Amino acid sequence: MDEILLYRRDRGWGTRNHVLVLPLVASASGVARAIARGTDAIWVGHEYEPTPEDLPQNRERIARTLAGFAANPNVAAALLIADTPERSALLDRIRAAGQRADLVVVTEAGGFRAALEQGRERLTALLSGAAAARRERAPVGALILGTECGGSDALSGITANPALGAASDHLVDAGGTVVLAETTELIGAEHLLARRAASPQVAEEIYAIIHRYEAVVRAHGEDIRGANPAPGNIEGGLTTIEEKSLGAAKKGGTRTIRQVVEYAVRPAAPGLVIMDTPGHDIEQMVGMVAGGAQVAVFTTGRGTPTGSPIVPVIKVATNSHTASRMQDNIDLNAGLILEGTETIESMGRRIYEAILAVAQGETTKAERLGHREFSISRYPFGVLDAAGAAR
Amino acid sequence: MSAARPVALLLDARDTAAIALAPLPPGTAVEVRRGGETVRVVAETLIPFGHKIAVAPMEAGAAVIKYGEVIGVATAEIRPGQHVHVHNVRSDRAR
Repeated sequence: MDEILLYRRDRGWGTRNHVLVLPLVASASGVARAIARGTDAIWVGHEYEPTPEDLPQNRERIARTLAGFAANPNVAAALLIADTPERSALLDRIRAAGQRADLVVVTEAGGFRAALEQGRERLTALLSGAAAARRERAPVGALILGTECGGSDALSGITANPALGAASDHLVDAGGTVVLAETTELIGAEHLLARRAASPQVAEEIYAIIHRYEAVVRAHGEDIRGANPAPGNIEGGLTTIEEKSLGAAKKGGTRTIRQVVEYAVRPAAPGLVIMDTPGHDIEQMVGMVAGGAQVAVFTTGRGTPTGSPIVPVIKVATNSHTASRMQDNIDLNAGLILEGTETIESMGRRIYEAILAVAQGETTKAERLGHREFSISRYPFGVLDAAGAAR
Repeated sequence: MSAARPVALLLDARDTAAIALAPLPPGTAVEVRRGGETVRVVAETLIPFGHKIAVAPMEAGAAVIKYGEVIGVATAEIRPGQHVHVHNVRSDRAR
C-alpha cells in the first residue's frame, strides 16, 4: 500500500482533524480551558510564563515548540489565547507556518466573560471550517513517525525496540520520515550511529549533541560513561555501553541517518532523523510532535501510559505480562517474539500496519483513554554556561 | 503443530552472539535462525536469561556483533556456545 487517506494541509498531511485551543502563556490557561469546555476542540495547558530573566535561548525554544505544536498537520486550526497584546506575537509565526489561526487577547476583550464569549465565537468558526475537511489520498511517505521508549526493561532492546526498528525501516523505505530521539539514551553508540550518517557533517552533528549533553553532566560533577552500564544492566546481560545504547537506538531502525535536528525542529527531508531531546517521556513526545510528527509508537516494558493531545500514540509492550496486566493501555504485544509466535520481522510488519491504520483514523488506546500529556523541555540553569554551544 | 518456544534469539544475521530467552543450563542445545539456515550450538556453562551465547567463533581482539553492530571487542578467544559477557568482552570506546 503506497497511498493512505490523510487530511491535506498547507504544511503537510494530517492523521487527525483536531482544533486546538492553546494558551500562549500560563496566565491565559483559565480562559483557554473555559473556551474549549464542552466543545470538540482540544485544550492544552502548560506552565510557561515569560519573565525578564528568561534565557533568550529558552524563550526561542519554547516559542518554537508552541508554534510547531499549533502548526502540526494534525491540527486543522488553532485558537490562541494571550493575556496581553504584547504576549501574542506567536500568532504571526503560526500563521506564517501555514496554519489557520485566530487569537483572543483577554485584556483587549475586556476580561474573562468577554474573552470567553469572543473565544467561543471564533472557536465555532474554526470548528465548522475543520468539520468540512475530508481525508484524501496521500503518499505513505508523507508520514513523520515519532519513536519513543519509556519504562524500559531487559526485553526492550530484544523485542519491542528491534520490532519497532523493523517498522521504521519499512516506513523509511516507503519514503517516510522516522524520528529517533532521547540523546541521553544514545551515549556510547554515537560512533556507530555516526557511521550510518549520510555525510561527514551529519556524523559531526551526532557527536556534537552527545558531547554537549556530556559536558552539561560533567559540569554537574558526574561522569555518565563511568557509570554505564550500571551493575543492574550487567546482571541483566548488558556487557558494554554501546550495547545498551544500541538497544534504545534500535527503535529508529537501520537506515542511513539523514539529519540531526534540534528539539521541536521539523526535519528538512524524509528518511531517518535524530532529534536532540531529553529522556523525559512527555517532553520528548512534545518535541517530536512540534517537529511535525503526525503519528508515534512508544515501546514500554512497564506500561507507561502517556499519550499526546494531538497525535495518536501506539503503545507496544516488550513482554506479555505487561501486555496483559496493562491491557487497557497496550495496543500491541512484542512479547510474542519470546513465545515464538512472532518474529522481529513479523512483529515489525504488524507495527507498520498499525501505523498505517492509525494514521487513517483507527484510534489508539491512549487516545480513547484521553491521555493528552503536555510538557515543554527547557534548558536547566547552568546548561548554557556549561555547554556553550546550546542553541 | 505449535511453534516451540525458542530458547535463544539472533537479532541480526550478522550477529556473533544470540540472546538467551530463558536460563540455559550447561549442555543445552541451542538453535537459532540465521537468514535461511539454522545455527546449532551447545551452552558450555549456564547462560542466564537475557545474556549472550556465542554462535560464531571469535578470536581475541575480534569484534563482538549484536544488532548487526559492534558492541565490543573479545578479550580472549570465544568459542561457539560460550557465555559472552564482561569476562571476555570489553567496550570499544576510548575512555
